[in-house]
Order: sequence, then structure tokens, then C-alpha cells
Amino acid sequence: MAKKRVVTTTINGDTHDFLCKPQQTLLEALRDVLGLTGTKEGCSNGNCGACTVQMDGRPVDSCLVLAVEVEGAELKTIEGVACGNHLDEVQGAFLEGAALQCGICTPGFIMQTESLLEENPTPSEEEIRFYLSGNLCRCTGYDKIVKAVQDAAEQRQTANA
Amino acid sequence: MATAEKPQYKVIGTRPVRHDGVDKVTGRAQYGADTQLTGMLFGATLRSPHAHANIKSIDTSRAEALAGVRAVLTNADLPEQGDRIVELGEGAVNMRHLNANVLAKEKVLYKGHAIAAVAADTIHIAEEACQLIEVDFEVLEPVLDVVKAMADDAPVLNDDIRTESLGSHPASDDASKNTNVAKHFVFEKGDIVKGFEEADIVVEREFDTATVHQGYIEPHASTAHWNADGKITVWTCTQGTFSVRHQTAELCGVPISDVKVIPTEIGGGFGGKISVYLPPVAAGLSKKTGQPVKLVMDRAAVFEATGPTPGSHMKVKIGATKDGKITSGEAWIAFEAGAYTGSPIAPGCMCVFSCYDVPNAKVDGFDVCVNKPRTNAYRAPGSTQVCFATETIVDEICKELDIEPAEFRLNNAAQEGVRRVDGPVYGKVGMIETVQAIRDSDHYQTPLTGKFQGRGIATGFWFNCGLKSAATATVNPDGTVSLVEGSTDIGGSRAGLAMQLAECLGITAEEVKPAVVDTDSVGYTDVTGGSRVTFATGIAAINAGKDIQQQMCDRAAMIWDCDETDVRYEDGCIIGSGDNRFTFKELAAKINATGGPIAGRGTASEEAQAGAFGTHCADVEVDADTGKVQILRYTVAQDVGTAIHPSYVEGQLQGGAVQGIGWALNEEYWYGEEGSMRNASFLDYRIPTIYDVPMIETILVEVPDPGHPYGVRGVGEVPICPPPAAIANAIYDAVGVRMRDLPMAPHKVCAEILKK
Repeated sequence: MAKKRVVTTTINGDTHDFLCKPQQTLLEALRDVLGLTGTKEGCSNGNCGACTVQMDGRPVDSCLVLAVEVEGAELKTIEGVACGNHLDEVQGAFLEGAALQCGICTPGFIMQTESLLEENPTPSEEEIRFYLSGNLCRCTGYDKIVKAVQDAAEQRQTANA
Repeated sequence: MATAEKPQYKVIGTRPVRHDGVDKVTGRAQYGADTQLTGMLFGATLRSPHAHANIKSIDTSRAEALAGVRAVLTNADLPEQGDRIVELGEGAVNMRHLNANVLAKEKVLYKGHAIAAVAADTIHIAEEACQLIEVDFEVLEPVLDVVKAMADDAPVLNDDIRTESLGSHPASDDASKNTNVAKHFVFEKGDIVKGFEEADIVVEREFDTATVHQGYIEPHASTAHWNADGKITVWTCTQGTFSVRHQTAELCGVPISDVKVIPTEIGGGFGGKISVYLPPVAAGLSKKTGQPVKLVMDRAAVFEATGPTPGSHMKVKIGATKDGKITSGEAWIAFEAGAYTGSPIAPGCMCVFSCYDVPNAKVDGFDVCVNKPRTNAYRAPGSTQVCFATETIVDEICKELDIEPAEFRLNNAAQEGVRRVDGPVYGKVGMIETVQAIRDSDHYQTPLTGKFQGRGIATGFWFNCGLKSAATATVNPDGTVSLVEGSTDIGGSRAGLAMQLAECLGITAEEVKPAVVDTDSVGYTDVTGGSRVTFATGIAAINAGKDIQQQMCDRAAMIWDCDETDVRYEDGCIIGSGDNRFTFKELAAKINATGGPIAGRGTASEEAQAGAFGTHCADVEVDADTGKVQILRYTVAQDVGTAIHPSYVEGQLQGGAVQGIGWALNEEYWYGEEGSMRNASFLDYRIPTIYDVPMIETILVEVPDPGHPYGVRGVGEVPICPPPAAIANAIYDAVGVRMRDLPMAPHKVCAEILKK
């Protein structure tokens, strides 16, 4: 078996060196090497979005990225969304709006929403649905997720006004 | 909308933030695959490439020799079960079948059937070792179609299955021959011959529905440690810790008290996380190695080897008078059981005419083994299939007779006093109110204007079960209460239970601290399923609250040196004679100094609930060139009894409706003739995305269930039932074709349009 490699990357603002095998995905490295289990595995082939993280500001399915590819990259995971004990607007809106039931898809939805609102601070319902269509949720029927994203966008607009 | 004089509640009906919410939006919540233990090994499973084959031999020697492999397990390592029927809470199971489903014995009965498992230092070594296991198969012809599997010359899956004749009027089936037809139910009431003679119109149609999966986003995951003292600990995502305990103990051949099941959070289940697949295998590997072993399924294994819910073939016939009164109904229903007996055919039979007062009815139902994974419960198991059949026939009768569909339903509605075909008489139920709610809704009152647009309605039913639950509640000195309960929280039930206890004690929802605990730490609790938790575990929590009330009153009487009968509990206060009065908080602060802790106990063992109905209204637009159906607007009206936390009640209605929409339009297991599933991924087994559906409007109809102190009625299951029929009826309204085959995928709709 191939030897492990050292990968240096920034995760949630902190520099990390970690060891991984060439065939390990970023999802595996985050969960099994770095202990960041907030990023969830739903399908491991890029179909469900539960493992979404931000890589250099872009949302990616971490199951489709090899761990060695994140050398020098800046990563943000669900663990880095709240500022200390202060939830950000997206987390707060999901919580207040009952936009989760079982919660397994929630970290992925929150990460994807963070990217959406960075790209487009005032998305329409259509734009929200289009941007989040790679994230599957089986519990909520999506209604309250759309409303939570709308709510978060509004809160962020108000805060920035 | 409340239909009765609703009591004034302080906590019930409000929308507090759920207690486990912060952990779930920050990634801290620990799910099945998140378990990490010292010295933990990783397991992988070798699965069958064939749908039907005899296993002639298994050679694990090369796998065992691979560096890093610690143990290999096959069925030969599991205790022999013999033919034992064991009641596992969700129905009786032949342990011989459960054992062979966990790791195949002698035969594989579906592609993906587990054959052997490996524990190794890493998942990659375990997976590599699986490839080194040599299995010599004698490949057999598979049978995948439910009707073909019933034929006399069909390949037979199990050598121990004879047809069991069951129901209110059991048939005299030939019980001597080996068959795939495991069960034949017959339910009958009245005289159907007379009933059809009285009818002015009789409509008889045949229907097919595809095999579908629960589609929870979290794959199955279990970690087990078989300790040197013989005790087994299991960490797993499950709908029922006590059910896992029972199944694991039986399959491992140890007393149930030697197994402790610690629930992790659970990432969806919908009925599919009740049967065990992994815990006994992980335990067996752990026994061999002395180390904890974690097994996690990949998505393909979830599709190929867990769930699904049965595909079906149905013939349903309904007769009615020309003024729109149903006189008779007859149904013939065959459900795929999958590899081993156990489809929800009985509830299917009971639900087929459950929405109506049908004076004469007969239902035949068959549980049929086919070379697919053993089917499991899926949200109102059996009801969605039959609802699709009955509710599209009802729509056809309405169109033939020119009767408005809502009026027809009101004329024939199931209501208090009506007897179902399987015997029970309805108590207080709210079907009529849900139909009225839809009829009077803004949605129904707003006409459709576009070309190829149509509207359909349909009503669905689910029993909702009661069963057993236990809870304890301890008063903390700061005036809060710790609630300990055994129902794993699959969608906000901690909040719903805490709110009921808070209402009982007159404190706030936030002042109750709910915890879902392991099987050693709480009394027996049945599975999170059957829409029972908010109802039955709610009753257990309320009973614990009443116990606290009594103990608080006794304590106050002791402090005030008065008779206990002079003290009462009212609105969060303990009140004696004169000025004697404690708030809950004031007395809580004194309890440890005045006689010690106060802990309330509550249990529930409930026969059943009154049952729940929902009526849905769907607007669709059909692309006449491609057959693609787009949902334009969708409204769910459901009798929810009393909505404890309305947001999560709405969430159940919305989520259930969207699962039903997926079942209606997209979802199906695709098999090649050789019996392998061709679409075992979320890309090809396409559940609805956020882009596929509109907002789901909800109308909460509240007809309190008299069997619960606050009128709770389970809400989780009903909403999946009506969507296929409501959408089929809307498609007819839009383009004039009757769809009788699920899913109503574009190519099928297009083919029907072209036939016109």
C-alpha cells in the first residue's frame, strides 16, 4: 500500500498538518484523521451534498475531493461556522425555523447556504432552490429550509444595512 | 384550525427551539458513523453479486492472511437459531430468517445479501480483504415480479415457507406445498355480491407500484464491543434501542440483559432502521478480536440490502349508486415481501377501504417472497400503495357520476361508528374535517387557468399505534426537570415530549431537559415508529409529571405540617391552606434539604390510537410532449389531534407529502433480468430535490384524540399516503389519462398520452 503523505492546509482559520493515504478522500480525512465529524457522509459519490465544505471559498462535496488535493487550500467546515458560541444567521435561521428534523443533512445545507449568500445576498426562491438542488433532505420536504434561507438572507441584509 | 373548544394551553401549541437543535446546526451531534472508540477496528461486508444462488463453499483463508485483518465472520460463526418465531415489537419474526438475512446461510436471496464480514485496522484493509474471500456459488434463476413469484412454476426462494391462511375469514390455502406465497389474508364484511348488485356503477382496475426505498440520508452504522465479561455494548443509529437489544441478543445467543444499546442520533429511518443488519455482525467480529468494531454501510448497500418497501400488484373494484353512495368494495392485493416473509400486507388490506363507509367488502392479500431485499416498514407501511388504487377509482367514479370529489368523500367518509373491513369500529376521527378543510381552502377555491394543468385530491389513512414507553423525570434544585426517555428522536420528539411534561408541571419547555438514553438507563420503550412517540411516550412523560406533582404536594404537606389532602398542584404552584404556597421553583430549591430527591416515574402501554386522516390537494402541469409532471401547488390538510409543536407537525406533513411525491413521480428500483439493481445510488434512484417541489401548504385540523390527555394524534405517517393518488387524479384532470402504474415517470405518462 502506498505510503501516507503529509498535507498542510488551513481549516476554519487554523493551519493543520495531517497524514493521509493517497486514496483517502477529504471527507475521510476530516472525519477519521482530524476528528471533524460534523461533516456527514450520505452517499460518498457526490449525489447528496451532506459532506459539503468550502474549499477556497467554493462549496465542494468533500467525498469527491482527495485529501492530498487540499494541500495549501483554505477549508471551512460546519465546525467553523459559528463564532465561538455565537451561531451565525444561517444556523440561527435553521434552528428557529425548524428547518431540520433528523439533522443529518443540515451541516451540508448550512455550508451550501453560506456559499449561496456570499455569492448572492438576496436570492429569490427560485435561486435558492436551484443553488441547493445538490443537497438532499428526506425529512422536511424542503419548505422550511427555503424559508430559513430567506430568513437568514434577510437577517444578514439587516445586519449589514 | 381547531374544530372543538380547545383547552387553554401554555406550552402546547407554542414553537420553542428544540433542545437538541444547537448540536445539529453546529455539527456536534453524534450520529451512527461518528462513534470513535479506543482500539476500534473497522469492518467491511462482502455482499452477494447474485440475486439467487446456493452457496457451495466460502474460503476466507486468503482474507484472514492479509496484514491488518483481525477477524472474518460468516454465518457459521453465529449461533444456530432453528425455527423460532420471536415477537420483536414490530411483528413476529422467524429467527432463522433474521439470522440468514444478517449473514447468508446456504443461499443468497438478493443481490447485496451479506455473506461475510471482515474486521481490520483500517476500512481500506477490510475492503481489500473482502475481495479475497472466495465464494463458490451455484447460480439459480431469480424471480423479481410479485405476480410471477406466485405462479406454480416460479423459482422458490425458501424451503420452509408454506402459505399461512389468515385474516377475519381465512381461506383454505394448500399448506402442503413449498411456495413463495407466505401469507394469504382474507377480510370480509357484509355481502359483496348483494353490494355490487345494488350499485349503479362498478369500476374495477388493476394497479402496479414499484419497489421504493425509505431513502434516509444517513447510511446504517453500528459499533459493537463484546467485552471480556460477556457483555455486549452497541452504539447505533436506530429507531428502537430495545428492539436492537432484543434482536442482537437473540442473534448472538446471549440474554437480553447482557446487551446494552446506546443510541446515537439517527439520520432518518422512516421504518427502515428497525430491523438489525450490522449490530450482531459487529458484535461477532468484536467477540473474535476483543476490540470494538465499527460497521458502516455505503449507499449502494443501503439500497441493495436494506429497506425497501414492497412493490405491489393490485386489483380493486368499487361499486356505488348513481347518487354517489358506495355499496361494495373488493380488493386483491399482492405485496413483495422480498427475500423473507414480512411485507405490510395486513395493514395494506386493512387500509384499502379505510377512508370510507363501505357496507360490503372483501379483501384478499398476499405476502410474496421475491429476490429483493427483505422489505421493511416505510411510513404508513402498506397504506400508500392501496390508497393509490382506491383513491384513483373513487376519482373515476366521481367523474363518471359528475359528483364533486370532495362531496363524494364527505358522503361516504369514515367517521365515528363506521366499521372497517377488518373489524374495528372507528372512534373519534377527523376525516370529514380534513375534506372540508381542503374544500374550503384558498387553494381549492382558486381556479386553474393554464393549458395541461390539472387538480386532484385524495384522502389517506393510518392507524397510529400506541404500544409501550417509559420515562423518568427528576426535579433539579434550580427548578428545572430532567426528562429521561427511551424514544430515539428522529425529528424533534425530545421537544414534543418535553413540552407535554412542561404543560403538565406548569413550567416552560426550556425548563425541561430531555435526554434519550441507553437500554440500561430507562424502562422498556417500543420503537420510534407507528406515529406513536408523541402520543405514547408523551403519556409516559405526562404520567411522570403527575407523579412529580403528587410528590411535590406530599413534600409541601410535610413542610407545612398539614394533611396531604389539603395540598393541591395548580398551574405550576403547590398550594396549601391559607397563605401556604410554593412556586415549583421555590419548592424545587428545598427538596434536597427536606427529604431528598423527587423523581417521577411514568409508563404507558396503549392499545391503539383513534387513527388519523389527511386529505391532499395537488395541482400539476403536464408537459404533453415529454410526459414530465410538475407540481405547481400542493396543500395538505390533516387531522393532527392537538399540535404540540406546530412547526414540527407541519414539518411531518411537508416531509411526508414530498416523500409521497417522490414515490408518485420518480422513485423505483430498476432491476436487470438477472436480478441486480441498476440504480443503487442517489443519482439514479432519484428522491425529490429542493428544485422539484413547491412550498407545501399545510392546514392543521385539530380533532383531539380522546385517548390522550392533551388530545395528541400521531402525525408522521398519514401524509405519505395521498400524494400518488392526488397527483394521478390531477394528471387526469390535466391531460385526460389515467395512470395506474407507479412511478408516473415521464415515459409512462407520455405513452398514455400517445395512446389517446
